[in-house]
Parts: sequence; C-alpha cells; structure tokens
Amino acid sequence: MWFDPLLQGFIDTFLMVGVSSLIALLAGIPMAVILVTSDKGGIYEAPVLNRALGAFVNLFRSIPFLILMVALIPFTRLIVGTTYGVWAAVVPLTIAATPFFARIAEVSLREVDHGLIEAAQAMGCRRWHIVWHVLLPEALPGIVGGFTITLVTMINSSAMAGAIGAGGLGDIAYRYGYQRFDSQIMLTVIVLLVALVAVIQLGGDRLARGLNKR
Amino acid sequence: MTAAIQRQLDLPEPPALAERTELHPELNRAHVRFIGLGKTYDGKQGPVAALQGIDLAIQRGEVFGIIGRSGAGKSSLIRTINRLEQPTSGRVLIDQVDIGEYDEDRLVTLRRRIGMIFQHFNLMSAKTVWQNVELPLKVAGVPKEQREKKVRELLELVGLQAKHKAYPAQLSGGQKQRVGIARALVHDPDILLCDEATSALDPETTQSILGLLREINKRLGLTIVLITHEMAVIREICDRVVVLEHGRIVEQGPVWEVFGNPQHEVSQTLLAPLQHALPEELQSRLQAQPSSSDAAVVLRLQFTGRQQDEPDLAALFAALGGRVKLLQGGVEWIQGHALGQLLLAVAGSKLNAEELRQRAGQWAQRTEVLGYVV
Repeated sequence: MWFDPLLQGFIDTFLMVGVSSLIALLAGIPMAVILVTSDKGGIYEAPVLNRALGAFVNLFRSIPFLILMVALIPFTRLIVGTTYGVWAAVVPLTIAATPFFARIAEVSLREVDHGLIEAAQAMGCRRWHIVWHVLLPEALPGIVGGFTITLVTMINSSAMAGAIGAGGLGDIAYRYGYQRFDSQIMLTVIVLLVALVAVIQLGGDRLARGLNKR
Repeated sequence: MTAAIQRQLDLPEPPALAERTELHPELNRAHVRFIGLGKTYDGKQGPVAALQGIDLAIQRGEVFGIIGRSGAGKSSLIRTINRLEQPTSGRVLIDQVDIGEYDEDRLVTLRRRIGMIFQHFNLMSAKTVWQNVELPLKVAGVPKEQREKKVRELLELVGLQAKHKAYPAQLSGGQKQRVGIARALVHDPDILLCDEATSALDPETTQSILGLLREINKRLGLTIVLITHEMAVIREICDRVVVLEHGRIVEQGPVWEVFGNPQHEVSQTLLAPLQHALPEELQSRLQAQPSSSDAAVVLRLQFTGRQQDEPDLAALFAALGGRVKLLQGGVEWIQGHALGQLLLAVAGSKLNAEELRQRAGQWAQRTEVLGYVV
C-alpha cells in the first residue's frame, strides 16, 4: 500500500526530530545558562570560558546543515557505527540544534530583569539558587517559545537528512516526489508536514502563554 | 596607611581610630558604620568616584534617611551595607564587624539578617505572592511547616492574606511593595534597606507604605535605612538624615534640624518643593528695588523651636510697625519641633528694609528680604 512508506517516513521524522531535540533541550539549556552567567557582570563571571563557548556555538551555527551533515560523517560513523538511517541522522541534527537552541534560550535568560537577580542576592540566595529559582523560571515562557522554533527548524533539517539516506518524510518526498514525479505522495507529505508544524507551533504557543504570568 | 593595606597586613586597629571611638562611645554601639568609604567605577573617560570619604554611624532602631539628587551615590551607599556593591576603599561595619572580607557563605548569612525592598519591587513574575515570600526561606533550607507559619504571619502583617495565590502582575503597585516588604522581613532581619521604595507609587499609596514601615520599625525595633530623592518621605518617617552630593556627605543631622535650617545649597534645593512659596502672581510683581515710597517690603521669616517657642505674632507685628499683611505661612511639626515660616508684606513702616529684617530677627532664626511690591 502506498501509505506504508508514508507512515514509516512519518515515524522516522518524528523519531529523528524527537530524539535530537530532546538532547538539544538537555544540552542547550545548560549551555545557555553558562553563556549568560559567565558573561561580564554575570553571576559566574568567566570571560575566557564565555568567549570560548560563544565561539564554539557560533562555529556550528554558521555551517549550513547540509554541509555540516556531510562533514560529520566520520564522526557519526564513530558514534552510531553507521551513516545510514534514523540514528545516523540524529547525530548531525543534535549538533546543529543544540547551539541553535542555546542561542535562543540565551536571549530569554538575558531578558530576565537584573533587579530580580539583585533581589535574589539580597535575600541570601547562593548563585545556583539564582539560576534555579530566578533565571530559569523567569525565562521559561521564552525558552518554551524558543524550543518551539527549534523543533520547527529541525523538521526542516530532518528533510535534508532524509535526502542523503536518513529516511523520514524528506526521504519519501525525494524518492517519490522528485525521482518518480508522484504528486499524490508529494502532496500528502506536504500536508503531513504542515499539520505537524501547526500542531507543534500551536502547542508551544499555548504552553508559553500559560506559563507567562507577566 | 590606608584601611585596605591595614587589612592585608593584618595589623591592629590604627590608634587614631581607637581614640576616635573612645571620644564618641555612640560609635561603638552603632548598628551600621561606614569608615572612610569610597567607591570608584571604571567609566568610559577614566575612573568615576561614586562615593568618597563617607564616615557615618547608624544607630540601632532608628530610621535613617539618605537623600540626594539622582547620581549622588545613594544607591551605591545603601548597597554597600549588604555588599551588593563592593566598596573600593574604606570599611563597612555591621555590629562592629567588618564585612569587607566576607566569603559567599558569610555573605549569605549576613544578607539573611538584612532585608531589602526596591523601587520596582523586583518580585518574581513566575511565582505567586505566597511563593515570592517563601523563596528566601526555601533557599535557606527552612522546613515546610515553619515556612508556612512564617509566610502566613507576614502576609497577615502586610494585609495580603487574601491575595496569596495571585501573581505579581495581578497586583497594584502598593500591593507589590507590601509583598516586597513581607519577603524582606521573612528572615526576621534586624536591618531593612529601602531603595527608593515609594518612588514608583502614587502619593496615597506612598503614605500607606510609609505608615507600614513606621509600624514595623516601632513593633519589631528594626533599623531602617532608606534612600530617596523625595524630602517628603524623609519628613514622614526618618529620625536622622544625610544629604549626599557627588558621592560626599554635605549635610547631616536630625530631620527637624536639617529641615528647619538647611545649610547646603543641595539641601535647600531638595527642600524647596516643601516650602511655602510666594503666590505666583505676587512673585511676578516682586521688585528688587522699591519703585515708590509706599512700596511694601516682603520678608521671609523662618523659625525652628520646641513646643511653646512659637513666636508671639502680636509682638512681632507691633515691632515691625506699619501695616503688616500675612502673605503665606504655616507651621510644621517634625519630631516635636515646630518649623515655621511666615511671608509678610510690611507697608508704611518708618523702618527701612534692613532695619525691618533685623527687628524680625528677634522672633525668627532666619530672616530675609525677598523684595518689594507696590
């Protein structure tokens, strides 16, 4: 049946994006916290670390995903043992998504009013208290919004990964739509993607709004 | 030898200081004391001195005001008390202990003894009223039952029990500051720092917040240090006041004294809005020289005194002679002292302006001739 590969593609895309975004979430938030707190005037001021991490993030952010993916092939093989399939795509996707998300989360963390940090210090908070009880909860609506953007961007990237053998909806569209001119499948892929992005965006917006008490 | 080097070498107190405290035993009881305090920032055009040579002693249980124009160094000064601001020279003593070398552990302990409230309240927007007040206890590891008891007690003190589930965005400015006060008092501190605490509030709310602060000061015996640019706030609740200008103390004393007889130009400027000014219409007609022989002399008389020292107006008017008209006047009571001011127009007196001024001097501490009106 024609929808079997479609279903498989959808699951693959879902897996690729899901796993890599989860890792990006777990790695990106600490990265963003370090970027903000180690900056000049931050609570863990460390200019050298700040500049090094900033440069690292910028490096990966400036390489287009397609090129990054190809460049990372030896590394991917080292980690997952293959360069083909969903799990092989997770490696470059995560490496692209983490700095991207870290930068967006960093902006939200920076927007936390300095007065709140001062108030926290005045009430006898230690520095990690400030991160945990002030910076993260206050920036949470913005971080949720940023994560939504990251998810959508990664669906985009995962399609590219599909084109070089990762599977997923991108792969389906490439093989059926581009190589066989099967417009029905092409259209279905587009509808699926639009629906997926809409659901993510709607859910993310709603969650961010619910969390925002300002 | 500077205090910083002294500390580094771990030498005993310099004798000069020991002598000074012997002569002034109240300094040994001071709750907060600044000794030669200075703060320099690195500005774009070289270093900028925010504070210079501040020597000051704040006594336990008093309400101490620091006033000055914006940029005078008030914020920096108050923040050296809980070390949100690190001084570049001099020392801060709290209960005679130098807090200059405190590490993070001791600073955290110190800060739990010092509450602070802010102009823009600085409440956590993502936390409810209850969670905001609870936060200082939570980070200090206080057990849950104790936290609940304490938060309930403080919300009751500031009158916000009913709002404990609200988020700060749902509160008015006055209510937010009440939450700020509850949060600042949750560790039973013995010092409360108020950083322009009423500057973002309307006059009515300001009164209620100042009333609450006064009540807390009386009931809990808390030392309150507040900074403001509004003289009205100082008049309302302070016992003593210092006036800062360009990072230096230019005037200090009991509030009634500074208000009754401000010496420095800055104090006078800050006090101007509280003074009874000439009606505008009259002000515009005021002339420096008499334009005709029947021009009236306009005099300003100011007096400061305890009760029963108010001037005898009949005697004053008789001494001036001629027709005396009251243009403006009033008496204010601060800390049991009357601060009075009279603006008089004297016409048809045989005395000239300077003689009138000297005569009036028997009834007032300060007299001046403002000019002439026809």
